[in-house]
Amino acid sequence: MEPTPFFSNLKCRECGRLYPKQAIHVCDFDFGPLEAAYDYAAIGRSLTKKTIESRPHSMWRYRELLPIDGEPTVGAQVGFTPLVKADRLAKVLGIRELWIKNDTVNYPTLSFKDRVVSVALSRARELGFEVVACASTGNLANSVAANAAAAGLKSYVLIPADLEQGKILGSLVYGTQVIGINGAYDQVNRLCSEIAGKYGWGFVNVNLRPYYAEGSKTMGFEICEQLGWRIPQHTVIPMASGSLLTKIHKSYKEFIQLGLVEDTKFSVHGTQATGCAPISHAIKRGTDIVKPVPKPETIVKSLAIGTPADGYYAIHSMKQTGGSAEDVSDEEVVEGIRLLAEYAGIFAETAGGVTVAGAKKLIASGHIGANDSAVLCITGHGLKTQEAIVGKVGAPRIIAPNIREFEEKIYAPDAAAAAL
Amino acid sequence: MPSVRIPTPLRKLTGDLEVVQAAGATISEVLQSLDQAFPGLKERICDDQGQVRRFVNVFVNDEDIRFLEEGATPVKETDEISIVPAIAGG
Repeated sequence: MEPTPFFSNLKCRECGRLYPKQAIHVCDFDFGPLEAAYDYAAIGRSLTKKTIESRPHSMWRYRELLPIDGEPTVGAQVGFTPLVKADRLAKVLGIRELWIKNDTVNYPTLSFKDRVVSVALSRARELGFEVVACASTGNLANSVAANAAAAGLKSYVLIPADLEQGKILGSLVYGTQVIGINGAYDQVNRLCSEIAGKYGWGFVNVNLRPYYAEGSKTMGFEICEQLGWRIPQHTVIPMASGSLLTKIHKSYKEFIQLGLVEDTKFSVHGTQATGCAPISHAIKRGTDIVKPVPKPETIVKSLAIGTPADGYYAIHSMKQTGGSAEDVSDEEVVEGIRLLAEYAGIFAETAGGVTVAGAKKLIASGHIGANDSAVLCITGHGLKTQEAIVGKVGAPRIIAPNIREFEEKIYAPDAAAAAL
Repeated sequence: MPSVRIPTPLRKLTGDLEVVQAAGATISEVLQSLDQAFPGLKERICDDQGQVRRFVNVFVNDEDIRFLEEGATPVKETDEISIVPAIAGG
């Protein structure tokens, strides 16, 4: 395939050494992560607001800023999810203006992971892989399974054996090979990094990681475009490995560099669950040394990564932009899920509860100004983690199928309660 | 001697060997003797201060040495040490 003039190399984030665009992810010299490098001058000549606006409503409208050579062959429909103005939720959280970037309805597997997978698998095909795989806390597994099935690639997904039922079924149904590991995510991850490369498989978050990670930028690009080509004052982002936060930060910087948005002040904030909050705790301690969490204990399984690979860079993104971090208890997570549902009509998974509850605390503590405007990144659908709220959102009231019971047991007591 | 699993990016230094033997009673000593057998290996794993680099995880059997005694973590003859690059989440 003809290389595009836009995506030039892989580059070590630590030492800057350049590498060819292959299935490699760490620098041979210092183990620093490799990242896609671009020719921004060439991109600037090709990519204007007008070009972008003329393209289909998917994440691929920013394709010059994504690391593949040809046209995307996997996930052409992914992205461009709604950015919803949430006035009622804004009032409850105590902020002037609030937006929800709603990736609970991302296509096809209802989480932001479809963004990263469509880039990783498009690139996997360009590199000639026939088998793709991933280590996952659930959402990534669902997305790899679905997108690989659509593309006709064989897939293996490796997950902690104790994940939510919805996330397990949501992989199995696509006919993928689901491998449950008796261990925490970090142990799954470690196993995958030992497997990757050994059998010539494309592991989306290991040897294809430089490609995969760039897909997250499209969430930030879309936020800017949907706000009318501007960067939000505050963006609140859930953190597991910290990768999404660093890539949204990068997306804002790239749009500034390309002159697509004005260089206005912005802050990126990260949220975690207290039972696994190595990045948030490092920020609160005022250090960039991330102390791993040996045994994560939280209902927020999708964020339960005790050894966050991008924690160090996430901390620097928050520091550089005047952002801050917060973590929330499991009870606060459930409250966050309920607030988002009851005041914005959006049913998010546990990670979404972390974002809403974390934002509430950041607003209350003044880290996000009450007179400011904020975007909350909601990354996955609530139907996938129903266990978290079973018994916590009430139960249906059961009556016989006649109007007398309806009036006695439902209408009359409700009317009396409303009159109080 | 303890055995050490070498990650793909470092196998150029070990002549493509995936598992090697290295003497030592602690992680630091094992890394030192690895460096004698395969010159240049230690500087890939450790920074100028001798600390394990930020993007490298070292395990003794299944435990991250950050949860043990870091470089001073004792190792037995039968232990398996793994050097694993940090990777992204899912």
